[in-house]
Amino acid sequence: MGLLQIGRHEKDGELDVITTTVEKVVNWARKGSLWPMTFGLACCAIEMIAAVSSRYDMDRYGAGIFRASPRQSDLMIVAGTVCRRMAPVIRKIYDQMPEPKYVIAMGSCATSGNIYDSYSVVQGVDRFVPVDIYVPGCPPTPEALFDGVLKLQERIMQKRVFLKQPEQVKA
Amino acid sequence: MHPVAETIQRLFPNGFEKAVEWREDLAIIVKRGSLHEVARFLHDEPELEFDYIVHVSSVDWPDDEERFEVVYEFYSIRRRQRIRLKTRIPESDPVVDSLTDIWKGADFMEREVYDMMGIRFRNHGDLRRILLPDDYNEGYPLRKDFPLQGKGWRDTFEFLNETAR
Repeated sequence: MGLLQIGRHEKDGELDVITTTVEKVVNWARKGSLWPMTFGLACCAIEMIAAVSSRYDMDRYGAGIFRASPRQSDLMIVAGTVCRRMAPVIRKIYDQMPEPKYVIAMGSCATSGNIYDSYSVVQGVDRFVPVDIYVPGCPPTPEALFDGVLKLQERIMQKRVFLKQPEQVKA
Repeated sequence: MHPVAETIQRLFPNGFEKAVEWREDLAIIVKRGSLHEVARFLHDEPELEFDYIVHVSSVDWPDDEERFEVVYEFYSIRRRQRIRLKTRIPESDPVVDSLTDIWKGADFMEREVYDMMGIRFRNHGDLRRILLPDDYNEGYPLRKDFPLQGKGWRDTFEFLNETAR
């Protein structure tokens, strides 16, 4: 573990005692079981799939159980070009996810529209869904996606659980 | 000239405009009034048997008097031959006869041409937008005078005002 700031008391032959806060334990549990929503829209999805498969194994970070239903997921990885016609679908799926929920915009297209400065391409998912982490790349390598997941986990550890937080992005 | 082009010129002297052969591709340009009968002939004639419609597309030539060009490609599965049929139509009256009564497969492709270029197909029967939403009202995106970034549709998210369910 090592991620909890703990006071550890060792007595010979006795069980270890860990002191921490409930908030940290809750955050630790949340970050360790990020179940992502499969939301591959374009070529980035291939890298996302590669990140889950055995060579890279995203399950190491607890984010390997991809769910096909938003009701069972915590994290939406928007991987690919977001067309305007897809926007209401993404928003609806985001609304259906239970709190707490997180969004990773994977790749340049989901982040900013990339080169597709076209009438049909939304210039970044953050125009209609609050994004926590942006992963750059075209497409990002699985390592880059891991970096995003790890950054998100760092962020989750800093959240306050029992205090109301200010709304970061207008829903 | 290609024998198929010769036959068409002989049978449809008023509709035939010219035939272009380039790298063994035969393209026949016809007047739009005789497009349907030429297509019917290509399909029904047992010597030709163009039974498969490969593609329907359109070209915008903004400086030409007859601005739009509709391009059809047919293929004969048995004879392994291809042919391209082109016709020009003016902007003021962008209408051609639908070929859905000859090839069922023309249905979606003509709808796409209508959706992106605004060319109407007479007697199509179900001429709706196919790629863009039905209530899309910015015009026809593939026309040359359509702004590349659209007219604001990509940045308006009316669903954000609805309450989450």
